[in-house]
Amino acid sequence: MAQHQVNYASTGGLPIALSTADHLINWGRSNSLWPLTYGLACCAIEMMASGDSRYDFDRFGTIFRASPRQADVMILAGTLSKKHAEFARRLYDQMTEPKWVISMGSCANTGGMFNTYATVQGVDRIIPVDIYLPGCAPRPETLQYAMMMLQTKIRRESANMNKNTKQNLRLI
Amino acid sequence: MQQPNKLSPFFENLNFEREDNTMVINFGPQHPSAHGQLRLVLELDGEQVVKAYPDIGYLHRGIEKMAENMTYNEFLPTTDRLDYIASTSNNYAYALAVEKLLGIEAPRRAQVIRTMLLELNRIISHLFFIATHALDVGAMSVFLYAFREREFAMDLMEDYCGARLTHSAVRIGGVPLDIPSDWMVNMRAFCDKIDHEVEHTYEALLTENRIWKMRLENVGVLSPEDALSWGCTGPMLRGSGIAYDIRKEEPYELYPELDFDIPVSKTNCSYGRYRLYMEEMRQSTRILRQLITKYDGTDPQLMAHAPQYISAPKEEIMTQNYALMQHFVLVTQGMRPPKGEVYVPTESPKGELGFYIKSEGEPYAYRLKCRAPSFYHTGLLQEILVGTYIADVVTIIGTTNIVFGEVDR
Amino acid sequence: MRKYTPKDNVQAKSYYTDRYYVAPRVPTQDVQADEIFAQQLETLKVKVEVKSAYIQLGQMIVEINSKDNYTALEILKNECDYAMCTELSAVDYLAKDGNFEVFYQMLNLKERKRMRLVCRVQPKEALESTVPLFKSANFAEREMFDMFGIVSNNHPFMKRILMPDDWEGHPLLKTYPLIGDEFASWYEVDKIFGKDAREAIGPENRDQAKIERYDTKRFSRVGHEVPFGADISEGEPETPIEYSETLLVNYNKGTKQLDRRK
Repeated sequence: MAQHQVNYASTGGLPIALSTADHLINWGRSNSLWPLTYGLACCAIEMMASGDSRYDFDRFGTIFRASPRQADVMILAGTLSKKHAEFARRLYDQMTEPKWVISMGSCANTGGMFNTYATVQGVDRIIPVDIYLPGCAPRPETLQYAMMMLQTKIRRESANMNKNTKQNLRLI
Repeated sequence: MQQPNKLSPFFENLNFEREDNTMVINFGPQHPSAHGQLRLVLELDGEQVVKAYPDIGYLHRGIEKMAENMTYNEFLPTTDRLDYIASTSNNYAYALAVEKLLGIEAPRRAQVIRTMLLELNRIISHLFFIATHALDVGAMSVFLYAFREREFAMDLMEDYCGARLTHSAVRIGGVPLDIPSDWMVNMRAFCDKIDHEVEHTYEALLTENRIWKMRLENVGVLSPEDALSWGCTGPMLRGSGIAYDIRKEEPYELYPELDFDIPVSKTNCSYGRYRLYMEEMRQSTRILRQLITKYDGTDPQLMAHAPQYISAPKEEIMTQNYALMQHFVLVTQGMRPPKGEVYVPTESPKGELGFYIKSEGEPYAYRLKCRAPSFYHTGLLQEILVGTYIADVVTIIGTTNIVFGEVDR
Repeated sequence: MRKYTPKDNVQAKSYYTDRYYVAPRVPTQDVQADEIFAQQLETLKVKVEVKSAYIQLGQMIVEINSKDNYTALEILKNECDYAMCTELSAVDYLAKDGNFEVFYQMLNLKERKRMRLVCRVQPKEALESTVPLFKSANFAEREMFDMFGIVSNNHPFMKRILMPDDWEGHPLLKTYPLIGDEFASWYEVDKIFGKDAREAIGPENRDQAKIERYDTKRFSRVGHEVPFGADISEGEPETPIEYSETLLVNYNKGTKQLDRRK
């Protein structure tokens, strides 16, 4: 197979980086965040726009997945109604650890302008949220910024997720 | 009813008569090609749909209830969130209904701007339709191209009103802003761009595409009788050979003065509807070009003069005491339209969007009903899907062009 | 003295109304003013008892008895060319008159005419379903049932449509508050976590202007951020005011970051 053998140790070109496992794992995690396409309302259109040709999201290593089992970020884009709440929680439960949640838009953050009987007043009543992204609807640049903030957050965290759970609301 | 618990929530066990060897599958509410939060429960015999049950309400936000608790002007931004792909058409339909109730008319320049925004929104919506529809059917590149042009249209909207998606670009009695400088130049360039792209990108990619034709032709056939019975409007009705466009038949705004055609498809199938959408975009650019010339030389007044209902222009509020008092009352208490009821239909990109407003002379609407085209198109799914194959289900959902903001309200 | 709030209508009210203010009415016309409408009304009058009829803002409004709704719509469809029932819903007049007003918005495509058929329905009364005539009534009648509790007889699938199946109450009634009742406010918590979790999650925050000083999880400490969920009831740590400054400090501190190029 090999045409010639390269002995990196002897030739001096030493491609070895010394780091902690935390940093290495977090580097991998933060640079290939695969969000779940969880478009609920108006913000879903902006989420689609951020994946399209102008605001090309792929350059952040962010590729939208349709299945929760392949995703590690849930972007909750839009109003979460009470009828839908159990599905949101179920999709969150189906995602594999480690997982993060971005709540996109005012409706997902606090219920926003829909202070009514049918709207969940903030998705943090249902699932733990990492990044709250304000706006109605937030622009695609804002979503990209939120993604970058999430990357910063992941790099700060311990790679062992059990250490981080204390902060999160885990009821089940 | 079965008691739900954590292990078997009852939404999984919808009762169908299970005969022979049918399989019940659940489609949505989180499905990328469900166009939002449509949940379809399909009973399949092999690959064929035997029974379809569209379950909606996953985006029900109580907008009609909100309307009863908000003054007329307060409610206007909420209408953005109905059909969020073409927000201005909702704003406009609502504003027009209230204006009819008040008996006022927007000044000429506001009418020109409104009609322009409506047509621009039609293009945005149709571009979005072709993008998502093609993506659902499997033509990914059309999605990227259509969104590229859609961003230019968004730029124009942003130049005008500052928002990309939720415009609130129309007020009751007129429009809040005049056209910024250079906007018309950009608009003209945009029209040329759209005409070019429709012909050389979307139609070149799709119209004669063998796969596209196989997936769309004779799929989702809707007879004219069924279209009428199910309350289909807009491209769904015209796709079934009935040339009824509210812009032409019951004209409003500047449409009687404009020269445009209503495309009709006689094939009754998805492919005909796709051709119709493409043709409507061309007609929209044609209207936009006419409107650019109509704008010149109009009187700069933007809001109707009706001191009882509408605040005076900002300069007057800042300089004249009475205008300030009137403005204060209108902002704190809200306008009080006369007693009565009104139903005003408009042609939104999806179909007939109408607002029924019942006023009891209070600053709050006694009842507001939004007649959303997508709601009725979703109802149609339970019949049109029966007998089709599972692969065509996504095509048919795509061709109805439903938006869940206005289905569930 | 405590302010009196009526129980039968809990929707928003104007805080001030001039006591001499009389709301004007939208002008109405006699049906005879329009030839086509007059003709259609005559056709309708043959079989159906018409209580009142007038033209308002270009559309004819005909009031009939609720038991005649199917017959009237059949006549309108077959004899007057009203091929489409574009809208169907109700208005709650329980507080005022003790009944609902149900309206059918009809469209005649040939004559380009729109009319509204109106009937009053008593609270426990059921209407005859119009699905055999207009399939569009299928979803619309279900929505009417969901929102007002008006049942349609002989409807193929008379179930809730917008609200979940196990929902309590009919949201568009005037007695139903905008922010929902007790059941509505705990609905998602009860359903997902069970009633035991109510305490842990806490009630909904419906006051949009509420700022809780010691809440570090929401947005009440903008500019004075502390770590997520930190307990600051005992005393607050010194926090720099400048938001970007906090971020900058944290970012520069992480000298061991792997992706730092310098």
